Amino acid sequence: MTIAFPKPDEAVLARRREIVEGLGRLVAPEALIISEDERRAFETDGLTAYRQMPLAVVLPSSTQEVSAILRFCNERGVKVVPRGAGTSLCGGAIPQEDAIVLGVAKMNRILDLNFENRTAKVQSGITNLGISQAVSHEGFFYAPDPSSQLACTIAGNIAMNSGGAHCLKYGVTTNNLLGVTMVLLDGTVVEIGGDHLDSAGYDLLGLICGSEGQLGVVTEATVRILRAAEGARPALLGFEKVEDAGACVAAIIGAGIIPVALEYMDKPAIQICEAFAHAGYPLDVEAMLIIEVEGSDQEIDDMLRRIVAIAEPFKPKTMKVSQSEAESAAIWKGRKSAFGATGRVADYICMDGTIPTGQLPHVLNRIDEIVKSYGLGVANVFHAGDGNLHPLVMFNTNVPGEMEKAEKAGEDILRLCVEVGGCLTGEHGVGIEKRDLMTYQFNAADLEQQMRVRGVFDPRWLLNPAKVFPLEGRLAA
Amino acid sequence: MTTHTPRDEQDASTIISEAASKGTLLSLAGQGTKATMGRPNQTDASISSSALSGITLYEPAELVISARSGTPVSEVVRTLAAKGQELPFEPMDYRPLLGARGEPTIGAVAAMNISGPRRIMAGAARDSLIGVRFVNGRGEAVKSGGRVMKNVTGLDLVKLMAGSWGTLGFLTEVTFKVLPKAERMATLVIRGLKDSKAIDALSQALGSPFDVTGAAHIPARDRQGASTLIRLEGFSVSVDYRLNELRRLLKRFGPSDILEGKGAQALWQSVRDATILTEQNDRAVWRVSTAPTKGPDFTARVAQSLDAQWFYDWGGGLLWISTPLEGDAGASALREATREFGGHATLVRAPAEIRSAVDVFEPQADALMTLTRGIKTSFDPNGILNPGRMYAGV
Repeated sequence: MTIAFPKPDEAVLARRREIVEGLGRLVAPEALIISEDERRAFETDGLTAYRQMPLAVVLPSSTQEVSAILRFCNERGVKVVPRGAGTSLCGGAIPQEDAIVLGVAKMNRILDLNFENRTAKVQSGITNLGISQAVSHEGFFYAPDPSSQLACTIAGNIAMNSGGAHCLKYGVTTNNLLGVTMVLLDGTVVEIGGDHLDSAGYDLLGLICGSEGQLGVVTEATVRILRAAEGARPALLGFEKVEDAGACVAAIIGAGIIPVALEYMDKPAIQICEAFAHAGYPLDVEAMLIIEVEGSDQEIDDMLRRIVAIAEPFKPKTMKVSQSEAESAAIWKGRKSAFGATGRVADYICMDGTIPTGQLPHVLNRIDEIVKSYGLGVANVFHAGDGNLHPLVMFNTNVPGEMEKAEKAGEDILRLCVEVGGCLTGEHGVGIEKRDLMTYQFNAADLEQQMRVRGVFDPRWLLNPAKVFPLEGRLAA
Repeated sequence: MTTHTPRDEQDASTIISEAASKGTLLSLAGQGTKATMGRPNQTDASISSSALSGITLYEPAELVISARSGTPVSEVVRTLAAKGQELPFEPMDYRPLLGARGEPTIGAVAAMNISGPRRIMAGAARDSLIGVRFVNGRGEAVKSGGRVMKNVTGLDLVKLMAGSWGTLGFLTEVTFKVLPKAERMATLVIRGLKDSKAIDALSQALGSPFDVTGAAHIPARDRQGASTLIRLEGFSVSVDYRLNELRRLLKRFGPSDILEGKGAQALWQSVRDATILTEQNDRAVWRVSTAPTKGPDFTARVAQSLDAQWFYDWGGGLLWISTPLEGDAGASALREATREFGGHATLVRAPAEIRSAVDVFEPQADALMTLTRGIKTSFDPNGILNPGRMYAGV
């Protein structure tokens, strides 16, 4: 447990009763959660090793209620931690004792679907998958597909600029967002963008995406929906050497092919996922690629033939093209359950750095060395097309000191990602988890410019204040 | 007027620090090919990226290119083409429209978020821009993003720099995500459609699973009939298949031709560069982004009070409208239409007197303007970088 929380503001804690009463005047009784038992459900998110009990939890039902709550908190200097579904892997939604949690999950309606303009307007508490489900009858879908898509909200996706396995072709949240209704800390409601491309003026939509709940609370969003391809089919390629898998990826892209997904798994990951999903993964290879292409049957056949021909010189030990829907589903089930399946065999922390893909063999070797030096194991799954790594550093919580070792190993891995030209986080966000590592990637001028922009929206550090920026060296307004 | 041409980031930092301490107002430019765009402003000196040139990193297998901000776009395009790649967003060349000379720079493509027809499929310049280095109005060298295409570390200042027209910082280096160039391009042309019918056809095409990469409609003008253009790009077999499927899908809109080769390329270039409108140089040109299905109503409304001409890109969502150079060059009619239909309008071409007298960019709601001013101050507290180029006082 190496990540510190700021010391709670005693004055705010002392006023808890008054604050709760005040909130009670703004929302219906069932929207305010006060009892310790019920608040406990909100004390952590996907980063479950860290927990903090919030002052209260409020679950508004409208933009107007969100506005009233934020204005109230701003006037009284009460901190606010916004929350979607609480699936953040970096602790982006972990509360603090002197803050209220403002959850948007009750605001989960579809407001408008427009298939001609290819847009969906939704309340921000709708789940990611909920959007795709609402438009699938017309053959459409919402493209960013984080693994947590069943549960995670579009509000959280916007806050973290979430990605997914198919962003090589379709981009991440920021590339699929057209407009938002956002409530500022002082209660002002702003409309940014709309149902057209490229919002006017400064690109505030781009700034809000990935701002981790520090600039305001998004209550409604207009996103692009896309017509799904006629079909999609993956192929599995297994290699004896990591270098061969890396070179094969480079050769495919070099040949002008951008697969819709290009996923990499190393031997430990293959074994863990195969044991769980029985996907038919090869167990005798060091590295495996899942390459998915889209189109008509004829187009898919053509593309997979090209890919197989490109792969030949790298001597794949296994080459298997999915022959049926069931086989495709099994192949994806294995990959998508990587986190859950790993959780069955060990405790783990999931890293999320990105590296230039040319550095892949070097980085994988170094990750292995780093993790071994702490006496731990690692399984690697990642998005090979864009270099977004997810090393799962495995440990045993019951062995004293192991979690701290895993955290240290994770830090070393992220430092390595930055050293080779990459970044600390590709899609999970900074949250509390990587907050203190920001200085690896940014110098003081870089961080200060970001903090000055943050200060335009929240000069007193009331919105999700313990996140993203190191606690030391923060700029006051 | 002094023109500074810094040789490196450190140089730029020194020049801007000094300007900040003396309150010297600076115009930011590459080679000045778009100097006649935006609000005219009064400055004391200018700073140009013309000496900051050259590609600093190109990894074809990683789909990434970095260049110093003053690098000509043509050099970037040539370098990518040699490896069979391209800038996905197909940046427009404003020179023909503006009658400008010189080499447009890659820094301006980032600073003005300049895209073209493929924006509907591949995103805008800002979607491919993954890293920037710039000097802010305090003279500090700042970086944001990097060279990897998935990066959510900290606030995304890259997006703020894209489309800020040099009002927030002086870009010194930009990094873009690139894509392979398609093996083949083919365009389906349907003739004689009225605007609303044409936009309907484009919506059908864009709502199909066939990855349309260009969707434009050119209404009838002079002696030429209307043409509706739908572009497909990809491997040859795939293009053949998709052309057939699209033809079948759009059958009810009438017969269609297929256009390929140099002629088709030239046609898309004239859509990209809006040269379809430039035959008459004595007219103002507006660029409007709105929801595609509202495009025809938008133009019809504008035409009620103005002698307007127009064509549509982005499936109907991007309108290029020319208006007579009289009075406000149509500003009040355009603004009324954006209020009614949503979206925003920018006055791209007009003499300085008109650009001084009317809002060049879409006026924003008060709360957004407050944020805009705050952001400007957070980058440039003394207001020395391209002051007033977008909005008065910003």
